[in-house]
Amino acid sequence: MGEFRMPSLGADMETGKLVEWLVTPGQRVKRGDIVALVETQKGLFEIEVFEDGIMGEPLIAAGQTVPVGTVLARIDTGAAKAAAAEMRAEPVAGKASEPASTITPQKTAPQQQAISSERVACSPSARRLALELGVDLATVRGSGPHGAIQRSDIEAAAHATAQATAAPPEPKAAGIEPTAAQTTESRMRQAIAAAVSRANREIPHYYLATEIDLSRPLQWLEAENNKRSIRERILPVVLLLKATAKALRDVPQLNGFWLDDRLQVQSDIHIGFAIALRTGGLISPAIHHVDRLQLGELMQALADLIERTRVGRLRGSEVSNATVSVTNLGDRGVQTVFGVIYPPQVALIGLGKIGERPWAENGMLGVRRCVTATLAADHRATDGHQGALFLEALNRHLQKPEVL
Amino acid sequence: MTEQEVHAHIFAELKKVAPECDPAELAPDANIREALDIDSFSFLRVLVGLHDATGVEIPESDYGKLSTLATMTGYLLAHLS
Repeated sequence: MGEFRMPSLGADMETGKLVEWLVTPGQRVKRGDIVALVETQKGLFEIEVFEDGIMGEPLIAAGQTVPVGTVLARIDTGAAKAAAAEMRAEPVAGKASEPASTITPQKTAPQQQAISSERVACSPSARRLALELGVDLATVRGSGPHGAIQRSDIEAAAHATAQATAAPPEPKAAGIEPTAAQTTESRMRQAIAAAVSRANREIPHYYLATEIDLSRPLQWLEAENNKRSIRERILPVVLLLKATAKALRDVPQLNGFWLDDRLQVQSDIHIGFAIALRTGGLISPAIHHVDRLQLGELMQALADLIERTRVGRLRGSEVSNATVSVTNLGDRGVQTVFGVIYPPQVALIGLGKIGERPWAENGMLGVRRCVTATLAADHRATDGHQGALFLEALNRHLQKPEVL
Repeated sequence: MTEQEVHAHIFAELKKVAPECDPAELAPDANIREALDIDSFSFLRVLVGLHDATGVEIPESDYGKLSTLATMTGYLLAHLS
């Protein structure tokens, strides 16, 4: 019998709100299936199961907020062949046969009213929008297939509310919206504040920087991109990410967690890539197994991740299990990034702008395209020597782009 | 395809990556990426979208020629078949 628990979606998360069950008891699930939506300070996330089996009765009803680690439902993993009907007959502690979804929705806080605990057909992105705009889904009539609520319905509802509540002497029609957006933004800000405060309080950072000559890898990439259609072309940051993953294989001490007063090196390399949201704030979802992806696959994975981050369709595993982070601020002209580590990780790699610099080599001065790569690392877990070995390995891998 | 139609395609693609912006307010010679705070991934998405909409091939070495509204419009008009 497996247990499906409230996942930890980040170092700063203590509780999570189960917004909606996406499966019904007795339904067969496969590892990786999305079974629930959970809301945290950082937004709404799709939560997967990590076992094959048959879903039991929910122990926690939609709409409830529970601590990380709480069992949300049991999953019958052994008897995956057993009939679904038998599973439903299994007694579930303290819940009897009453469907969990009939639990009375709280009527007090307006925050909780924003999401009805009844099952409403609504896409996660529309649901997120409803939260941001403070629209109660129960009051919205869906215009999508089978009455599903779409983003346009939410916008229309928010607009109607804004008009209805706008005081006559206030001509500012847009007055309502920024207030609603501010709450999401301030909750995001609080989540970031909690994580970085902990990082600064607990992690003795050390910083190393190195200048990397990218002339050769970029020339190789340009030739490679010439052969590719515009859809398949690879951006330079993909080379840097892949080389980072390979360098982490060489210096594994930077890929892991500082937990229980010791370094716990992770064998999988899941890079958290910081993505700025257009509404403010940032999320660092993980790209899984970067060291195993071909450059083309990595480019697609990254493009997909950025897209889903910005429309609010991230999976729980993507925000919870990054083993190391990369911050790329080169797009905005930054030369050197001095990063703050995301606990319990032990390293953050910063990438600056790729640009031409004077470069002295073998007694000659030339112009090369360079990037400044930095490492912020946890001194409890590693020393400068290992950090230096990592940056050296990063450079070495970048100089052989054909085998990246 | 007229200049206005090309503009419409550009505006539509920019709206996709920067939904809150109003491309009509963009100065013709402003750097689009800087003015709308668009990263390299989103900019590539705009170029892919424009390629799909207009059929114009945009080699990587020409990306720099599409950095403003004026040059982007000019490039697409000149390469329309």
